Amino acid sequence: MEAHPAGEVATPAISVQDLTMAYGDFVLQRDLTFDIGRGDIFVIMGGSGCGKSTLLRHLIGLNEPAQGEIYYGDESFTRADDERREQMIRRVGVLYQSGALWSSMTLAENVGLPLGEFTDLTPPEIREVAALKLALVGLAGFEDYYPSDISGGMQKRAGLARAMALDPDILFFDEPGAGLDPISARLLDDLIVGLRDSLGATIVVVTHELASIFAIGTNSVFLDAETRTMIAQGVPSDLFDHAEDERVRRFLRRGED
Amino acid sequence: MWRLEEGLPSTELVEREFGADPPRRIGFDAEGLGTWDSGILTFLVGVSRMGREGGVVVDPSGLPDGLQRLLALAEAVPEKEDARSAEGDRRLIALLGERTLHTHYLFWSDIEFVGQVTLAFGRALRGKARFRGTDLALLIQQNGFDALPIVTLVTFLLGLILAFVGAVQLQTFGATIYVADLVGVAMVRDMGALITGIIMAGRSGAAFAAQLGSMKVTQETDAMTTMAISPLEFLVLPRIMALCLMMPFLTLYGDVMGILGGAFVGMTVLDLSAVEYFQQTAAAVSLQDLVGGIFKGSVYGVLVALAGCLRGMQSGKSSSAVGDAATSAVVTGIVAIIVACGMFAFLFYALGL
Repeated sequence: MEAHPAGEVATPAISVQDLTMAYGDFVLQRDLTFDIGRGDIFVIMGGSGCGKSTLLRHLIGLNEPAQGEIYYGDESFTRADDERREQMIRRVGVLYQSGALWSSMTLAENVGLPLGEFTDLTPPEIREVAALKLALVGLAGFEDYYPSDISGGMQKRAGLARAMALDPDILFFDEPGAGLDPISARLLDDLIVGLRDSLGATIVVVTHELASIFAIGTNSVFLDAETRTMIAQGVPSDLFDHAEDERVRRFLRRGED
Repeated sequence: MWRLEEGLPSTELVEREFGADPPRRIGFDAEGLGTWDSGILTFLVGVSRMGREGGVVVDPSGLPDGLQRLLALAEAVPEKEDARSAEGDRRLIALLGERTLHTHYLFWSDIEFVGQVTLAFGRALRGKARFRGTDLALLIQQNGFDALPIVTLVTFLLGLILAFVGAVQLQTFGATIYVADLVGVAMVRDMGALITGIIMAGRSGAAFAAQLGSMKVTQETDAMTTMAISPLEFLVLPRIMALCLMMPFLTLYGDVMGILGGAFVGMTVLDLSAVEYFQQTAAAVSLQDLVGGIFKGSVYGVLVALAGCLRGMQSGKSSSAVGDAATSAVVTGIVAIIVACGMFAFLFYALGL
C-alpha cells in the first residue's frame, strides 16, 4: 500500500502507533497502527459504535490514549506538554458532527474568535477575513446570523469556515454527511476535495457513508466492533475489490458479498 | 380481537397444559382471529419460549403470514448475554464500594477544578487569560442588574418578617423601637448576604450549570479546546468574575431593602416615625458590620459561581444530565453558602467582630 505519489518521501502528517483506546476497564479498540500521509483524504470507517469518533477525539487530544502514541509529523503529540500541545493543536481544524458553533456568537464572531486570539489582526481585518471564510463555504452575507437562525447544513458549513479560520494543515471531519440531504452531503464532499486541492491540507474524515467513502477517500482504515481492532487499511476502492476480510467487503457492499 | 388495549393475554392456560403431562407439539388455529397487534405477539413469544424450555415443538404454521414473520423476527437474534447490565444482582457491598469510589473521584475532581480556576485567575491577573470583555459585560448585566427585582422583593419581605418577629417579643416590654436595631443588625451582618447568596445560587448558579452543560452536549466546549482556547478561561473565569464583582453591590442593596422592609412595619404597624427608625438603625449598625456583611456576600458569590461552573463542566452529555447538573449546582451552592455562613459566625465571634 503506497499512500504518497511515487518519488515523494515525506514524513506522514499523523502517525498512530500501537494505540489502545479505553473507557475505564472497557477496551474500545486496541493495537491501532497507521499513518496518515500528507495531502491524503484519510477515511476512518467502521460500523456504528466501533469507536470511529473516539479515535478522532484521541487524534485531536480530547481523549487520552490508554496505551500507545500519536505523532504529528515526527513529534509526539501524546507526550507533549500542555503548552506545546496547544501550539500543535492550533495547526488543526475540526468540524464537529453537529457543527458545534458557539451559540451565543454570530457566524462572523464564531469564525473571528480564533483569529482574534491567535493573530494580531485588528477587529475590522478580522471581520474581513471571517467574511471571506464564510464566502468560501457559500455563506456570504450571513455574517451577522446566529447559529440558531440557519439550517443544519448551513451550520455545518459555518463550522467548516471556523475550522479553516487559521488555515490549518490538517482538517478533521466527524461524520460530515450526517443529517444532511444527499445533495448537501455531496456538496460538502466536493468542498472537502476542493479544500484539499487548493489549500494542500491533509484531511481526516470519520464516516460510514459509502458514497462519500468512495468519492473522496484516498486512504482509509477500517475499525471492527467485534474484534475491537483495525482489520483493513488501504484505498477504499481497492478494499472494495480485494479486501482480505469478508466483514470489510460486506460493509463496503452494503451487506452483499 | 387481540389488541394491546385489552391487556396482555395470559399464557397461564397454556402453562397449565404443560403441567403434568406436557404435549409434544403445539400448533395454532387462527381461523377465527380478527384484528391483532403486538399483544398477540407477546403471547406467542411467551408460548414459544415455554416450548423451547420444556422441549416442546411450537409449530407456527397455523398462524397468519404476518404473525409468522414477526415471530421469526423477534427470535432471529438471540439475546446477547452481556446486553443486560449486571445491575440486578449487584451486591450491597459492591454498590457501596462503587459509590465510595465515585464520591472519592468527585471530591478530587472538585478540588482539581478549584485549583485550575485559581491558576486561571493567576493568568488573568498577569493579563494572559483569554476571554472577551463583551462576555463579561453581558454576564455582569445578567447576574447583577437583572437580579435587582427579585433581590428587592425577597430582601424587603425578609426585613418585614424580621420586624414582625421582633415586634411580637419587644411589644411585651414596650420597647418596639428596638425593632430597628434587630432588623438593621440582622440584615447587615448576616441575613442580607445570606439571602442574596441563596437567590443567586438559584438564579445564576443554575444558569451557569445549564449553560456550560448544554455547551458540552453540543460539543461547543470541545470546539474551544481544539482551538487552544481554554473553556476554563473563556467561559468559567468571566462568570466567576461577574458574580464576584456584583455580589457586594447586590448585598449592599439587599441590606438597604431589608431595612426599608423593617421601617415599613415600624411606620405602619408600630407607629414609629421614619426619622426615629432610621436614626435608631444608624446608631445600631456599625461600619464594621456593613463591611463584614459585604465581605461575606462576595465570598458567597464566588462559591455560587464556582458551584455552578463546576457542575456545568462535570455535566454528562445528555439533556437529562444538564438538568441534573443545574439541580446539583443549586444544591451545592446553597450548602456551600450555609456552611460558609456557619464558619463566618464562629470566626467573627472568635475575633470579636
